[in-house]
Amino acid sequence: MLTLNNIEVIYDGVILVLKGVSLNVPEGGITTLLGANGAGKTTTLKAISGLLRAERGEVTKGSIELHGTRIDRLPPHVVVKQGVVQVFEGRRVFEHLTTEENLIAGAHVQGDRQRVRQGIDRVYEYFPRLRERRAVQAGYLSGGEQQMLVIGRALMSTPRVMLLDEPSLGLAPMLVEEIFAIVQRLNRQEQLTVLLVEQNATLALTIAEHGYVIENGRIVLEGTAEALRANADIKEFYLGLTEVGARKSYRDVKHYKRRKRWLS
Amino acid sequence: MLDWQFSLLLLSNGVLIGLMYALIALGFVLVYKATDAINFAQGEFVMIAGFVVVAFLLSYKAPLWLSVVCGLAAMIAFGFGLERAVLRKLIGRPVIAVVMATIGLAAVLRGIGPLTWGADTKNLALPISDEPFVLGPLFIPPIQIVGAVVSLAFLAGFGWFFLKSRKGIAMRAVADSQQVAMAMGINVERYFALAWAMTGVVSALGGVVWGSLLGVDVHLALVGFKVFPVVILGGLDSIPGAIVGGLIVGIVENVAAGYVDPYVGGGTKDFAPYVLMILALMIRPYGIFGKRIIERI
Repeated sequence: MLTLNNIEVIYDGVILVLKGVSLNVPEGGITTLLGANGAGKTTTLKAISGLLRAERGEVTKGSIELHGTRIDRLPPHVVVKQGVVQVFEGRRVFEHLTTEENLIAGAHVQGDRQRVRQGIDRVYEYFPRLRERRAVQAGYLSGGEQQMLVIGRALMSTPRVMLLDEPSLGLAPMLVEEIFAIVQRLNRQEQLTVLLVEQNATLALTIAEHGYVIENGRIVLEGTAEALRANADIKEFYLGLTEVGARKSYRDVKHYKRRKRWLS
Repeated sequence: MLDWQFSLLLLSNGVLIGLMYALIALGFVLVYKATDAINFAQGEFVMIAGFVVVAFLLSYKAPLWLSVVCGLAAMIAFGFGLERAVLRKLIGRPVIAVVMATIGLAAVLRGIGPLTWGADTKNLALPISDEPFVLGPLFIPPIQIVGAVVSLAFLAGFGWFFLKSRKGIAMRAVADSQQVAMAMGINVERYFALAWAMTGVVSALGGVVWGSLLGVDVHLALVGFKVFPVVILGGLDSIPGAIVGGLIVGIVENVAAGYVDPYVGGGTKDFAPYVLMILALMIRPYGIFGKRIIERI
């Protein structure tokens, strides 16, 4: 459904951030993009949503296609109209707007008032806690509520693809599980296609069907979630397990440092 | 005249003038709210609007309503054009770039106005009698009532727009975070243009009411200076703040003129609001209604 063909992204005309990233997000699935800080995960999402240009970044090579039509030259508000919406990391709510106003702002591309109302009710169904907090300024919501709000706000544009950037960042493990469960429900009940960027590989690989690993602006590994979970490199570097599958201990005197196979 | 009557007169005069300040401050607030830009040319907007209306009224002998409509149209076009030609190119630059651009613009407009329409003071006569409206002990010039009513109507209108309408909410979203607004499908540039056009509308009306009160010449731009104490007191981005700030400034300068001037020989009217502004900055830098930086604990 959403395809990136060998894209290259340059910031400020000189800094090469993505060096040929290709990935495919199949319709109705959850695909995850794993990688460390600075690997280029967020840049990949911004390239898709068209937000690079506002940061003086540019897709210089390759193409991004949605259902076979190119979207890499479109301004962000047109990309949203096409049904691709990005949820930023770090719970970027409109702080000075109330919860409900945040949702209304999220429905900007929706012309029909009635549909906006329905959209708000749908978000409250998935996130009942937001209904209770509807009149509160979003800046005063708790971290978990803010994460729910940004996902709900993105839903208001009735997207076909949601680009979800690190929803687990800085949240308590229980909340993270709750939010991941809701993402999974959205995926199943609303046929929402999700591209999930995560550092929490364990969790991401449990809800995704397919995964990619990005490092230094390149895709270094891809496969089904099962295959990735079984991959020795992934276990070592992203799941924090040794080859035997036991939790890594730093107390062992001699600590064998595994070399990433994809580097050779 | 009795003492309390004198006080009441100063007070009512202050309230009416204050509401007219609020109208101009509204133009400033609209731009700041949506684009985070500080418009130092607000007074010059009002002056240009006054010139345009007077030009239609006197040179082309157009009826008043048509002149006002033309003034409105001209200022909307001016707002749009300014955003397109200058300010859009400064998006993403440091705030100081926009500030300097508007200061430069102010100087240019102060030059262009008299250059195009002549330096003499023109009379923008509204079909309102000069006979003061007598209400008990109060004498109120009708023009001030008209100004106050126009101000209140527009303040209420824009207040509703920002609180209830979807476009208004989108505009506040843009002010909150341009990047996130873009990601939500909001065409940020279009809202910037809209904000400047709205400022054009408010400035045109300000030009009519202030122009008829003071006469239209280059000094009309000076009312813009009164905007700063108003918005600092009320909060840079608050519409109710513009009203309250306007009222405070209006009352303070009238009371100062009434009670302090006799002792010092005059002139307190012009700086009293600024003293208040500096005090306000020390105590409550975001103003009475300004948006606070939200910090969760």
